[in-house]
Amino acid sequence: MADIHEAPHDVTPLPTYFFVFIALAAGTLLTWYASTINLGWANTPIALFIATTKAVLVILFFMHVIHSTRLTWVVIIASFVWLGMLFVLTFADYLTRFWAID
Amino acid sequence: MSDVTVHADEHVHHPFLQHQFEDLGQQHEASTLGMWVFLATEILFFGGVLMAYWIYRTIYPEAWALAGEQQNTLAGGINTLVLITSSLTMALAVRTAQLGSRRATLVFLFATMLFGATFLGIKAYEYNAHWHEGLFPGSHFTWHENPELAPKVQLFMVFYWGMTGLHALHMVIGVGLLVWIISRAWRSHFGPEYYSPVEVMGLYWHFVDIVWIFLFPFLYLIPHFGVLHG
Amino acid sequence: MTSVTYHDVQFLEPAKTRNYLNVDYGALSWLLTKDHKRIGILYMVSISVMFILGGFFALMMRLELLTPEGDLLTSDTYNKFFTLHGIIMIFFFLIPSIPAVLGNFILPIQLGAKDLAFPRINLLSWYLYMIGAFTGLLVVIIGGVDTGWTFYTPFSTQYSNTHVIGTTFGAFIVGFSSILTGLNFIVTIHRMRAPGLTWYRLPLFVWAMYATSLVQLLATPILAITLVMLMIERFIHVGIFDPALGGDPLLFQHMFWFYSHPAVYIMILPAMGVASEVVAAFTRKKIFGYTFVAYSSLAIAFLGFLVWAHHMFVAGISVYSAMIFSFLSYFVAVPSAIKVFNWTATLYKGSVSWQTPMLYILGFIGLFTMGGVTGLFLAALGLDVHVTDTYFVVAHFHYIMVGGAVMGYFAGLHYWWPKITGRMYPEWWARLGALLVFVGFNLTFFPQFILGYLGMPRRYHAYAPEFQVLNVMSTAGASILAVGYMLPLVYLLWSLRFGRKAGTNPWGAVGLEWTTSSPPPKDNFHETPVVTWEAYDYPAMLKAMGETQNV
Repeated sequence: MADIHEAPHDVTPLPTYFFVFIALAAGTLLTWYASTINLGWANTPIALFIATTKAVLVILFFMHVIHSTRLTWVVIIASFVWLGMLFVLTFADYLTRFWAID
Repeated sequence: MSDVTVHADEHVHHPFLQHQFEDLGQQHEASTLGMWVFLATEILFFGGVLMAYWIYRTIYPEAWALAGEQQNTLAGGINTLVLITSSLTMALAVRTAQLGSRRATLVFLFATMLFGATFLGIKAYEYNAHWHEGLFPGSHFTWHENPELAPKVQLFMVFYWGMTGLHALHMVIGVGLLVWIISRAWRSHFGPEYYSPVEVMGLYWHFVDIVWIFLFPFLYLIPHFGVLHG
Repeated sequence: MTSVTYHDVQFLEPAKTRNYLNVDYGALSWLLTKDHKRIGILYMVSISVMFILGGFFALMMRLELLTPEGDLLTSDTYNKFFTLHGIIMIFFFLIPSIPAVLGNFILPIQLGAKDLAFPRINLLSWYLYMIGAFTGLLVVIIGGVDTGWTFYTPFSTQYSNTHVIGTTFGAFIVGFSSILTGLNFIVTIHRMRAPGLTWYRLPLFVWAMYATSLVQLLATPILAITLVMLMIERFIHVGIFDPALGGDPLLFQHMFWFYSHPAVYIMILPAMGVASEVVAAFTRKKIFGYTFVAYSSLAIAFLGFLVWAHHMFVAGISVYSAMIFSFLSYFVAVPSAIKVFNWTATLYKGSVSWQTPMLYILGFIGLFTMGGVTGLFLAALGLDVHVTDTYFVVAHFHYIMVGGAVMGYFAGLHYWWPKITGRMYPEWWARLGALLVFVGFNLTFFPQFILGYLGMPRRYHAYAPEFQVLNVMSTAGASILAVGYMLPLVYLLWSLRFGRKAGTNPWGAVGLEWTTSSPPPKDNFHETPVVTWEAYDYPAMLKAMGETQNV
């Protein structure tokens, strides 16, 4: 039970919440703006990058993961790793399905 | 504490300490971990349909581009801002519950609920528009511009309605849970010692926000940019 | 103390003899219970009904296959019967079997906890299970379903005219029940261990349940979303998985098997946990290589997610990815083999006693090894093409699911029966049952390996006459198996009333569950236990027993 009392129930200072909120709002405007200009192949990765950054901000600060136990980190990371396995191995089929067989 | 025998009855019982736990700390850790584990399953649940979406996006870039143009980017963008704001008020509600300020907690919880309802209202407006445009998949579906692409445009709309519908369902559940949390906050159940339900509610609410953070670009902003090999 | 006053009896005795069964009475005290032990019993009764129902469909199929002609059942009925057999046995029996019954009952006690972390969610999960199971039963009554338990599209979404939506909805709901059980276990194992119970002092059953819960949590959501897409497609006739409308049926298979291959580990991992408990208890030895056995459970849980497309080798997936999946499939064999070697190494020079749980586990080890090795045949890309959709596959997965998971369930049921009910089962009858199950099982399924290798396809109600001899053997075996399964139903019920009182520790086993009374009190322990011993410390226990005897 040693890991039970690790998490300090400390209170996040107000400015942190407001800075995160401003960053999220700015990210929303930025991703919208980026979608109005044609950057070719780059549009999709840019949108993905901004969305991921926003999600990480919410997870770390609004959801207090930055102060949470290592176990919480493991749970979150594991779920994304598993999702990654689904994506990678499924796309491994789709992206090579029509390769020529010699 | 490993070499001390703990008798449950030696504790002064907090009214919301459940019998299977030794103390409120253990209970708090268990409930937040429980919610995180639940959210992990939610990540895979939404992730699964997202993968299906990506595969068809890879196969049918033209249909995705056409369908993407049917989306109301302004409504989607405003909704994103509404949800982000609701996340802020939710985080502040958790904070004020931690600090033991009942009135502020109630105000922020109520604001969160209001923003949640606003989101659903705007979403309903969009749904209504799509319905009248004949963009609801099934026998109702109409698409005249490029008949050969119609089934694939419909496929996009299946994902659009399916993913936003699942998200909206989570929002409705979230608003329902907020009603319950507000009623408990009203009865002064929360304080610095015991605020796990607010915290857990917050985790759920933020997660639903994160889902939308991804859905917005995927469904509104980038469908018309093709994929991978452009 | 020589004189006991009335006062003493009145105030001490009830507290002593009060256990979870007699603490209160009435149907509502069961239906609204939050006690993990009672919920375990509720599950036990429900899945037993499902087991009988699924077994009935299996027997009808075997009777049909007694003769080459399709004379007993029409092809439509036969299709429905194998579908219902599969759905009931997998979703409504095997997935909840060991976790929801034995795990629910034993896991918190093994951890020294008063209950699971979320008792109300535990009860909710049983209600979800019942809703799912009743939906399934309803489908049986109103006409059945004929897609096979795999619900392959587009047949299931566009062409089948049976009750696909009802069935998939049932499976979807039961999936949530499974997720909630896994969630409860993970949190309980992390947060509710008794003082002194470190990770490496945990019984291996707990490690196995932990690995199982991981699979339940990470795989089931994908099945849920896949079934949602299936229901949407069937309901409004769009083409998510229908090639005629632009969908890809292989995507359904990918997503379905991302759940359903790991689901095999939801069934087999708990049985492996039971095996570790039973092997240690009935050889009076420490498990050989504790950490290897513990971590191999996690390794199986992880690797089990990387192999799913070996179910799709002939379905038209990319040959390159098929090669990768074939290669990865071999890896799962490694941690499974580690377990088998460690169990057999534990048996070596142990003082083995041949009680019923041990008989089942010895059967389990042998049959699981058979199932695992034939699994390697199927993982081989070239050989798989030859035996895909033949009885070879049927035999293989029955060796894993019945020879493995069901044998493990029966072993655990007998091992913990004294703890659950406070009564011993009749040993002679139980041994006879174990023997019948083992013989009947092999007679049923070994011929199917040969049938499959000779080319008999699965899922047909008629077959070529030259296959009849082996099919008759298989049907004969199935009747013996049925008797073997009915026996426990009779003698276990008998033992509830007439069985010998078990006492706290009838097997002389080590573990927290054997330190509390049988049946346990409502809160499991009279005071929170403190663990100061290593797992399976039989040598120390034997030494201590020797010392007390010398005194």
